[in-house]
Amino acid sequence: MSFARHPLFELPAAAGRAALNAIDAPMRAAQRLLGVPRIGWMFVAPNLAILGLFTFLPIVVNFYFAFTGGVQLYPSERPFTGFENLETLFDCESYLDPSTCRKDLFWRAIYNTGKFAVLQVGLMVAFALVTALVLNRKILGRGFFRGVFFYPVLLSPVVVALIWKWVLQREGVLNAVLAGAGTSPVGWLSDAGWAFFWCVFVSIWAHMGFYTLILLAGLQAIPADLYEAAAMDSASPWRRFSRITLPLLMPNLIVVLVLGLIRAVQIFDEVFVLTGGGPGSATTFIVQFIYQTGFAEAIHQYGLAAAASLVLALSLLVLTLVQLRLTRKNLAGGGGRDDG
Amino acid sequence: MASLAAMLTARRGLGKPDWTDWFSYGYLLLGLVLMFGPVLWLVLSSFKSAAALNEFPPQLLPYGQKSVAVAGQERPLPLYRVTTPDGATRELAEVRRIGIQATLVDPKAPEQEYKVNIRDRKPVREFRLATENYFEIFGKFAFGTFLWNSVFITVVATLITLLFNAMAAFALSKYRFSGRNAVFLLIISTLMIPPTIILVPNFLVVSELGLLNSLWGVIWPAVATPTGVFLLRQYMLTIPDELIDAARMDHASEWRIFWRIILPLSAPALAVLAIFSVMWRWNDFLWPLIVLSRTEKFTLQLALNAFQGELTTQWHYLLAMTVITLMPVTLVFAFLQKYITTGIASAGVK
Repeated sequence: MSFARHPLFELPAAAGRAALNAIDAPMRAAQRLLGVPRIGWMFVAPNLAILGLFTFLPIVVNFYFAFTGGVQLYPSERPFTGFENLETLFDCESYLDPSTCRKDLFWRAIYNTGKFAVLQVGLMVAFALVTALVLNRKILGRGFFRGVFFYPVLLSPVVVALIWKWVLQREGVLNAVLAGAGTSPVGWLSDAGWAFFWCVFVSIWAHMGFYTLILLAGLQAIPADLYEAAAMDSASPWRRFSRITLPLLMPNLIVVLVLGLIRAVQIFDEVFVLTGGGPGSATTFIVQFIYQTGFAEAIHQYGLAAAASLVLALSLLVLTLVQLRLTRKNLAGGGGRDDG
Repeated sequence: MASLAAMLTARRGLGKPDWTDWFSYGYLLLGLVLMFGPVLWLVLSSFKSAAALNEFPPQLLPYGQKSVAVAGQERPLPLYRVTTPDGATRELAEVRRIGIQATLVDPKAPEQEYKVNIRDRKPVREFRLATENYFEIFGKFAFGTFLWNSVFITVVATLITLLFNAMAAFALSKYRFSGRNAVFLLIISTLMIPPTIILVPNFLVVSELGLLNSLWGVIWPAVATPTGVFLLRQYMLTIPDELIDAARMDHASEWRIFWRIILPLSAPALAVLAIFSVMWRWNDFLWPLIVLSRTEKFTLQLALNAFQGELTTQWHYLLAMTVITLMPVTLVFAFLQKYITTGIASAGVK
């Protein structure tokens, strides 16, 4: 380990020794006090404290916000209003027509989110499956192409949105290519229908590689001798796909489907930068409604935002329970978070 | 249908090459264009001058107007190709322009001036990278500050994440204290609680702690990642207990065992977590958007979002900033792709 004595490593090494010595003394004291197995509590304490403060406490406080009104942030200054926030959100003449609702934007966001989740996840899983099947073949440059499809997954949502905004703007390269074919320029992001289409397209572009990788791992776990046996029985290729590949890949497909839904329901970042929720409310989704109501508008309606969070949390809970029911194992592989 | 199915079912080593292989390569090439094309276009565009970006239809490669040094002039003059009334063309440098009349000179014989209608002159262009886009953003905007904020959050949050998660993983894999399984389940269960559903109360907690508009308000809520604890615990379970027992024989304290034995042995898993943590924190958007509202506290992602929303978006600067923002992640991808894909395949994390 000669490189460890390189001058570049001296500073971190010294810092490491200092950290060891500084924390060692109090930890020794705790060790004398608690004994060896219980010292474990001291090791989990920092992690638990952070989770308690920034995850478990907020879950409780969120209910408090949802059932109190006013514009104050401090809980003691907020009057108890019971179900008023939820009633405001659900005050509709007809739930099928958002324009009859008191909070029409909330219902538009719900419908947009539902439509988006179904379209985006359906198409994304289909494309991810085809991509995984192609990548699972004996092809040249397999690792390279796997990387090609995976690369956008790593890009930040803001960067993804700006890449496509630059391509799609009125004087962008897509309109230039179409102009070469004789089409007049299209306002891709100013037309409601096209804007929604591009939201779906861009989020598939950005996330497909992740799901492709999971499906590819599933394909590679299918034993090759099954296919050899099927070939000996001269089973038709379609039969091989429907009787071997599809059933054995089903657990992975379900994971991918539910995980995709859990994340699609929380869509915000890319769309917020790409379209800002517009034109009008055509691409406003539920998280953006929470953000606008609670933080971006002049009057911060924390109670309403918290109530909308409860609705989102409920839908995520249902999806998570479905997932846990369908895949009893692999708890860690099924998180709704993609940030840690 | 049968051939399509053949494509869908073929596996390595089976079957001989037919049109389904061509379909596969066609699909992959289309994917290559669709996945890399827009990114490449962004990078190419970021090297174009503001004038070149306003052109429609756009040029593929960055071109700039050629300019020449002319005797008696302080700065280089832009070069034009001028059509003279007799039909000949000459390359002349423009001294000044008033209305539709431009005054040009021959760079080699600058004494003689020519008056030309601006419609009769066309810029002479050459391949030129507008690298000034990249330098000017540091002077014109507080780009250095945004870059520093992003780097600070990413590095500090990753270091704390590694330490806290490794400590928790050590306790959960090597000690048998009562309540251990409950603690493990509690930590893992937070995977099911995305930050989007607790935005308002988390805002209250951070504001009560006085961390609004502080980089620490972004760092602290992010460091206790359940994914990290899970990943490290699975790895530490494979470290033999005998090593720890031997160290105890030598009267090493538990903290020393963790620091001097467990941490170094967990280096591969720590490296994977470090890569993920860097990407998570570098790319974070919604939570920083809520916590950091003062411009001097913006991260790169927030700065990009703010600039693109301005009425007169200065795309030549915005594109350069975007390229700098995607650079670290691209480097991580280029050199450490293997670790990321194995991490995802084994633990299903992103």
